[in-house]
Amino acid sequence: MQGGYPPQQNGAFGQVRGPQPGYAGPYPGQSNYGAPAPAPAPAPPAQKRLDPDAIPSPQASDLPAVQKSRHRIDPDAIPSPIQVIEDDKAKSTEPFTTGVRGQAPPLVTTNFQVKDQGNASPRFIRCTAYNMPCTSDMAKQSQVPLAAVIKPLATLPPDETPPYLVDHGEGGPIRCNRCKAYMCPYMQFIEGGRRFQCGFCSCVTEVPPHYFQHLDHTGKRVDCYDRPELSLGSYEFLATVDYCKNNKLPQPPAFIFLIDVSYNAVKSGMVSIVCQELKTLLDYLPRENPDVDSVVRVGFVTYNKVLHFYNVKSSLAQPQMLVVSDVSDMFVPLLDGFLVNVNESRMVIESLLDQIPEMFADTRETETVFGPVIQAGLEALKAADCAGKLFIFHTSLPIAEAPGKLKNREDKKLIGTDKEKSLFQPQVGFYGSLAKECVAQGCCVDLFLFPNQYVDVATLGVVPVSTGGSIYKYTYFQAQTDRERFLNDLRRNVQKKVGFDAVMRVRTSTGIRATDFFGSFYMSNTTDVELAGLDCDKTITVEFRHDDKLSEETGALMQCAVLYTSCSGQRRLRIHNMAVNCCSQLADLYRNCETDTIINFFSKYAFRSVLTSPTKTVRDSLVNQCAQILACYRKNCASPSSAGQLILPECMKLLPVYLNCVLKSDVLLPGADVSLDDRAYLRQLISCMDVTESHVFFYPRLLPISTCDALPVAVRDSEERLSKGGVYLLETGLHLFLWVGANAQQELLINVFGTPSFSQIDPNMTSLPVLDNPFSQRLREIIDSFRAQRSRYMKLMVVKQEDKAELIFRHFLVEDKSASGGASYVDFLCHMHKEIRQLLS
Amino acid sequence: MTTYQEFIQQNEDRDGVRFSWNLWPSSRLEATRLVVPVSCLFTPLKERPDLPPVQYEPVLCSRANCKAVLNPLCQVDFRAKIWACNFCFQRNPFPPSYAGISDVNQPAELMPQFSTIEYIVQRGPPAPLIFLYVVDTCLEEEDLQALRESLQMSLSLLPPNALVGLITFGRMVQVHELSCEGIAKSYVFRGTKELSSKQIQEMLGLMKPTASGQQGRPLAPQDAVAASCRFLQPVHRVDMNLTDLLGELQRDPWPVPQGKRPLRSTGVALSVAVGLLEGTFPNTGARVMLFTGGPPTQGPGMVVGDELKTPIRSWHDIQKDNARYLKKATKHYEALANRSAVNGHSIDIYACALDQTGLLEMKCLANLTGGHIVMGDSFNTSLFKQTFQRVFTKDYNGDFRMAFGGTLEIKTSRELKVCGAIGPCVSLNSKSPCVSENEMGIGGTSQWKVCSLNPSTTLAMYFEVVNQHNAPIPQGGRGAIQFVTQYQHSNTQKRIRVTTIARNWADAQSQIQHIEGSFDQEVAAVLMARLGVFRAESEEGPDVLRWLDRQLIRLCQKFGQFNKDDPTSFKLSESLSLYPQFMFHLRRSPFLQVFNNSPDESSYYRHHFVRQDLTQSLIMIQPILYSYSFYGPPEPVLLDSSSILPDRILLMDTFFQLVIYHGETIAQWRKAGYQEMAEYENFKQLLQAPLDDAQEILQTRFPMPRYIDTEHGGSQARFLLSKVNPSQTHNNLYAWGQETGAPILTDDVSLQVFMDHLKKLAVSSSA
Repeated sequence: MQGGYPPQQNGAFGQVRGPQPGYAGPYPGQSNYGAPAPAPAPAPPAQKRLDPDAIPSPQASDLPAVQKSRHRIDPDAIPSPIQVIEDDKAKSTEPFTTGVRGQAPPLVTTNFQVKDQGNASPRFIRCTAYNMPCTSDMAKQSQVPLAAVIKPLATLPPDETPPYLVDHGEGGPIRCNRCKAYMCPYMQFIEGGRRFQCGFCSCVTEVPPHYFQHLDHTGKRVDCYDRPELSLGSYEFLATVDYCKNNKLPQPPAFIFLIDVSYNAVKSGMVSIVCQELKTLLDYLPRENPDVDSVVRVGFVTYNKVLHFYNVKSSLAQPQMLVVSDVSDMFVPLLDGFLVNVNESRMVIESLLDQIPEMFADTRETETVFGPVIQAGLEALKAADCAGKLFIFHTSLPIAEAPGKLKNREDKKLIGTDKEKSLFQPQVGFYGSLAKECVAQGCCVDLFLFPNQYVDVATLGVVPVSTGGSIYKYTYFQAQTDRERFLNDLRRNVQKKVGFDAVMRVRTSTGIRATDFFGSFYMSNTTDVELAGLDCDKTITVEFRHDDKLSEETGALMQCAVLYTSCSGQRRLRIHNMAVNCCSQLADLYRNCETDTIINFFSKYAFRSVLTSPTKTVRDSLVNQCAQILACYRKNCASPSSAGQLILPECMKLLPVYLNCVLKSDVLLPGADVSLDDRAYLRQLISCMDVTESHVFFYPRLLPISTCDALPVAVRDSEERLSKGGVYLLETGLHLFLWVGANAQQELLINVFGTPSFSQIDPNMTSLPVLDNPFSQRLREIIDSFRAQRSRYMKLMVVKQEDKAELIFRHFLVEDKSASGGASYVDFLCHMHKEIRQLLS
Repeated sequence: MTTYQEFIQQNEDRDGVRFSWNLWPSSRLEATRLVVPVSCLFTPLKERPDLPPVQYEPVLCSRANCKAVLNPLCQVDFRAKIWACNFCFQRNPFPPSYAGISDVNQPAELMPQFSTIEYIVQRGPPAPLIFLYVVDTCLEEEDLQALRESLQMSLSLLPPNALVGLITFGRMVQVHELSCEGIAKSYVFRGTKELSSKQIQEMLGLMKPTASGQQGRPLAPQDAVAASCRFLQPVHRVDMNLTDLLGELQRDPWPVPQGKRPLRSTGVALSVAVGLLEGTFPNTGARVMLFTGGPPTQGPGMVVGDELKTPIRSWHDIQKDNARYLKKATKHYEALANRSAVNGHSIDIYACALDQTGLLEMKCLANLTGGHIVMGDSFNTSLFKQTFQRVFTKDYNGDFRMAFGGTLEIKTSRELKVCGAIGPCVSLNSKSPCVSENEMGIGGTSQWKVCSLNPSTTLAMYFEVVNQHNAPIPQGGRGAIQFVTQYQHSNTQKRIRVTTIARNWADAQSQIQHIEGSFDQEVAAVLMARLGVFRAESEEGPDVLRWLDRQLIRLCQKFGQFNKDDPTSFKLSESLSLYPQFMFHLRRSPFLQVFNNSPDESSYYRHHFVRQDLTQSLIMIQPILYSYSFYGPPEPVLLDSSSILPDRILLMDTFFQLVIYHGETIAQWRKAGYQEMAEYENFKQLLQAPLDDAQEILQTRFPMPRYIDTEHGGSQARFLLSKVNPSQTHNNLYAWGQETGAPILTDDVSLQVFMDHLKKLAVSSSA
């Protein structure tokens, strides 16, 4: 592989490739940074379709239509994401208060403060539309998806209060008798406060005596503002034993570390890094109260094709290893001493972690198992009768004889065919049923992959994805270059707030119903989302459909209740309430929706569809749905104008550019060298992303680095925007690039790299040299702040202009034509326009 | 001429052989009429300090199906340097190394006093002894502690180069790796899963795993040794390590809910042990030593479920066919025992628990492989501790009194065939011309495997005279039998011991008195008892008793002198006079009576009965009773209720128990503390005398007997009362109030009644 090139992308961009036949190479336009002109390419088909009438002059109100000459459309004239983002930033200066129903929050790219006044913060819930159509006909006509992206345990910024914990006593939380909705601001107290009427199902329930309170003259309880559940959108209830498995209060959860010690794992340095890190990391296990030691117990397993359990009981002088070679029928060989309290067993654990790398230093075992590893962790949790999380550090395709054994099935020939979908499906059913067992026990699985070749992420990921776990992938892991990224990911993962054995239920007011769910979880029925583990980064997207008419007066209510066991072993319910408006006019719908959330929904929907349909069908139906959305607007809401004009709703004017990014993603339109594992990995990653992450993932943030004061304004993701003399930072949430123009000023280079010469910049560096100048400091601060915003650590890649690594970088310039055949923004907009016109005619 | 008594004794001392008949009837018909078959008790490794082994290979008959060893009975032509095999009459030249022999220069094996001779042979590299401890951890802490100490102690008793291994089990089975430094490592098996030997070896990394569908192939020899090294290490190297490991041995940590038995995976533990040895050291002397404190409760070989409310099977359950797990468990252990026997590994069972531990099902492990069974109440008793220590006793040369991987082969002269053997052995299914079709005991073969032997291991061998009545044997002819025992000595040498014996043929019609005179009633009683016990393993108790009675009656009819239908005229000659009494006590013995014994106890008693030598076997059949009194020196007295007198102390030795019984008066004196007073020093000495004698027995016997000190009216006195002949019972009240003994409250018949019936039946013309 080439140096300086991000490992997580290996296979995807492993080699420099030539332009695809029939497409121009780099963007053929003005390469204002002085790139050599590419060989004249045959005119791209998209250009051929360009119609002079296709891009009409802008409308006064719904602007972003552009008119341009026959062969060129000015990219500045089409809707600019940067413009929209900056406008929103400028607009949102006040804190966002959630009290007003149906108010769309600021964009995810905007920094704003939230004041909870009765609806959940947008950090917890974002909706595609804040004005829902009253009838299903309207919804069908508009084709705008009605969905909410919910991040139940989201971390709030320090200046916002975390949800209050409410204890309703032994009887448990007060709920509606019929629909079981929890007490919330939408409950209407009547009869002087003796009863309350449910806002969701209208059923009237007696107020229990201990909860009784008088009403004031407006009909509000007088203690309304003293009780979070009556005045806030988000809060927590303390659950009683009735909410616990087997009617028994839960045990504190456990973390089990399962480390692959086969040849590759040892040789790449992974084993010693993990063991070294765990020694300190174990002091940072999650806890409710930072002053108290964590109650989370830990256990250790190593494995290749057999499993080694460790007894690290505090009374032992030395750890003991118990080898289980009967992988066909996994069991936990010890009870006492496997899961231990870190502080009590510290000496033994440290001794163990010191010895593991030594013990396997000379291993020649290359085969691994995988299914039994999960089973082992699961059985251990079962034996300890607790929920918990498995951290699996795994390297290779599990080909050793054992349940869940896999074959190498990577077959490039299938890509683009009808059979492509099978590559995204697990190759054996074993992991599906195993996942089910894990969920039943509250066993969440996090998978850290260190592959050197195909490992079948699609299959290995089944259990993590169904148990609310995460997958991390470090292809061609090398201790030296990837250590930081892996360790940061691991640290964050171990420390982050997490709940276990969770069940999420979304209740809605009459008229709509939650019908579809996206994310990392398991569902055994149609309503309960079961999550063995739920951490602060996990998002669940819920789609709603009408089952009746909604009324404009009452609006639509939803209540998302998550029952979970906290990391201290407390059983709790987190409640998020959300009310949106309803409209009988389509225009209201288009006026109050959020494109970023729609794209989040579309991408999840599309990435799930690849399991069942060929990618081409998926792409076509996406294009089709968007065209319908926009056509509906054009037909019903826009003022009459020439049919040749492209008119986009203000809220959705970025829909085409973002949609194009989804269509061009590696999952839906892979380049020749994108590995199947990478696609499966991304597919699963997207499924639990929130809107912030999905936004930057599809439309990376590209910052020109020229001054050292305020955060510079981003530029659009196009090669045209890069100046040959500049330095640019690009982040996607997964990758971080520093692009250096060939003519970058010497001063800039000295400030950043400490060298005046472009040629002396080491493209393999993964961190910038620490230089004592404001510019360097500022740049490193920016990089650190970017990293802090993302749930995964981004390794820095320095890309020198015209270096071969630039190809990888260009892949993220999403407004340009992509090497895999994805259309440029301009071309796609034209195509979209054509589709809309077809629908309208 | 010497008496038969002397002849028998001399033979026993020299060859370790005692025959039921020392003159052999010359035809099949006559032989069958003698009732007691031509048979012998043979102690293959009888200690012979006076017999130095010779350091060369035995000379074998060159006939392929004979291969008898050159012996003093062979005719030798010293000039032609040729010898004639006395079994097949093949003429064999001596090997070149014997070129120097002559009338006056004979090799040892030709000298009559070397009818038993031992050869040290060089075959293959010396194999170390292997001791594999299989330890139950479902024990009470106190028991486990005692066991830990015993095991640690045993390490110091093992030869330093012996390989030692450790398997522990409870709910799981752990095979401990002994080689690694730092971290203690063990392989764990689930206790509920039946595993094949191949799977076990794969899982222990002793074999390459089966690559998709192909046969797993064993590792290259050096790899296999290296791999096995992890589990079996020389004692001197892992002494410290293993001592620590044993010291850290914890009770099985899995919780045992109220009302449940601990889950004990004895079946899997043993199959792992057998599989481990099978894969690493086939055909090498090894002892698997199982220490268990309760019945197997899960997995293959489970004997009882874990519910405490369902008790372990009793004889009653077995007779009612109510023992759910009996057949399956027995099958499991039998399969293991046979595999183990094939590889020459023996399995010992040390079962210490108050309740049964499943010896009935597991007995075959020890019975077929020559292992020991030791049964005790707790590991924390001197009975276990000393018995276990005694396993490692050494002989006059400082070698362990144990030998491994023995095979016993029998050659007979043409007129004889071998019917079978009864003892701690398995058949090697070796068909040879001297194998009879008529099976007695383990038959159908002329070779048996005896995986573990000690100097007292004694087998009963049964023969058949096949000479036809109308083809007389020449006058003065002798029949000969050769016993060839190959074994691995405890000092790792390979040795062969050859015993060749001969007896004269006699015509039963003309020489019946001689034959009668040659009858060895002691050994005959033991030989018949072994046949009875062997039958009892597969037949109903009453059938066996009936068979024994019939044999006794027939013998009495054949040799008794009587007038028809006149019981009072019945007489037996001296050589048979004690035989009926032996049979009387045998009928009452725990070997044939299961009443009042658990199935485990019966198995335990039978196990020891079929392997001990003549003296011990006789004690088992008819316990010895000594009486101590002021009236004279200690004397043996009749095993009869009349011997129980108030002013006597009795010492009874039943082999399994040593009972010291203080008569009523003695007990009162003792309670009054007379022994403490200086003027009653003689009383103190009297009390001490049986204790000293008991101590002597306790010192030497294996397994250590249960020691019982009781007195008149004591509850433990039942051990004595149940053994003595009930000559006085509550039924014959005339004895009440007399000073002639103690009545026994029983409905059992007394020896007198038994004899009366025997006489009546023997003289009856209709019988």
